Amino acid sequence: MKDKPKLLTVLDGVTLVTFLAATAMVFFYAPTERVMGAVQKVFYFHVAAGWVGMVSFFVAAVVGVIYLIKKSPNMDLIGIAAVEIGIIFTLINIVTGAIWARPIWNAWWTWDPRLTTATIMELVYIAYLMLRQGIDDPERRARFGAVYAIVGFLSVPLTFFSIRIFRTIHPVVIGGSDPSAVGAFDMTPKMFQTLMFSIVVFSILFIDLIWHRVRLGKFQNYLEELKIKLQV
Amino acid sequence: MKSKTSFFKALSAVVWKDLVAELRGKEMLSAMMVFALLVIFIFNFALELDPKTRNALTAGIIWVTLTFSGTLGLNRSMAVEKDRGCLDGLLLAPVDRTAIYFGKSIANWVFMLITAAILLPVYSILYNTNLFSWGLVLVILLGSEGYVAVGTLLSSMSIQARTRDILLPILLFPVIIPVLIAAVKATGGFLAGETFSSLTTWIYLLIGYDVIFTSVAFMVFDAVVEE
Repeated sequence: MKDKPKLLTVLDGVTLVTFLAATAMVFFYAPTERVMGAVQKVFYFHVAAGWVGMVSFFVAAVVGVIYLIKKSPNMDLIGIAAVEIGIIFTLINIVTGAIWARPIWNAWWTWDPRLTTATIMELVYIAYLMLRQGIDDPERRARFGAVYAIVGFLSVPLTFFSIRIFRTIHPVVIGGSDPSAVGAFDMTPKMFQTLMFSIVVFSILFIDLIWHRVRLGKFQNYLEELKIKLQV
Repeated sequence: MKSKTSFFKALSAVVWKDLVAELRGKEMLSAMMVFALLVIFIFNFALELDPKTRNALTAGIIWVTLTFSGTLGLNRSMAVEKDRGCLDGLLLAPVDRTAIYFGKSIANWVFMLITAAILLPVYSILYNTNLFSWGLVLVILLGSEGYVAVGTLLSSMSIQARTRDILLPILLFPVIIPVLIAAVKATGGFLAGETFSSLTTWIYLLIGYDVIFTSVAFMVFDAVVEE
């Protein structure tokens, strides 16, 4: 248990190399967008971070369901790992979005459905962490975490749907665009390749991080056990 | 002899217990009521509610007031059970646990509706307008149902945490936003005198959210109270 698995070391290396490659692709391979200029390059990691955020919260909800059925402590470790990673990547998503929006929309923030939903989602999972912090019994903490991860994940698409009924100005780059969206553009093949590569790289990064975090969680539990043994 | 009391008997017993306890003490309702009035007064000063701006804001004010005073009620209703050890007693009873959930939800729902039933006439008197319409009654019924469905589930979790009183709004508000959006929109529509048929989208959304939230809370409630 204590030794780092070989495969994880390999994965660390792969993550590092591909991440550097993705960064290089964003700066040197993808062409600069004609109207928006260099700031458009934020788009590749913006979408990739948003993707990882959504995937993590989805994972947290799924392992929440499995936990409630099987009660396996490992599922809880994956759940908390996924939520922590999701919060960070959603934050990256929101901040990079604001950096892009300032020159393009002339505002850091608008009350658009996607922006609002992403931020409410962030708040849901910060609440998740606060809930866990307030409970000492590990078994109950895991159970409540699972319940809240399910309820929270269910509420996010409903929030999006409710706000979506109003008009949106967020560009939809993949799969058809609303003409009223500000800052929309057509991707060239090179841009598309860069985006897809970034998404793949961020997914690898996600797997790598979650693996590390689950290992860390196991160590934490082990440490707790040792402490209890010492007291006895 | 049957080993389990029937579901509806257990459910009505829980509702009845809550209502009678409240009728004798009147702690929760009076707190919710006074708090709701205070929120309206604070809004009055904070927003300078002159007739022009007021019409656009009424729907929002009503729902913010109901949401906040609802949190007081939810916290209180579970705190009473927890502090006096009644929750353990309830859980020991040989009844379906979901009967307890629905019982608590219905009691909380009744308290919210009573608050609304007093709040709205008072608001009408204070601002000399007539808020009453059957559409608004329907929206309040549906909106507060969705609110207590999630609220009862989350308050039974937050009450078992160390930071219980501050935790409930933090857990509840981000999750309940879809219900609030639909409720505020529908309320605003009815207050502006729109017809029922032009607001069906929001009404259907409210019904949909109520069904989704109630069924999910019903499915996971067992996991929250098991020991």
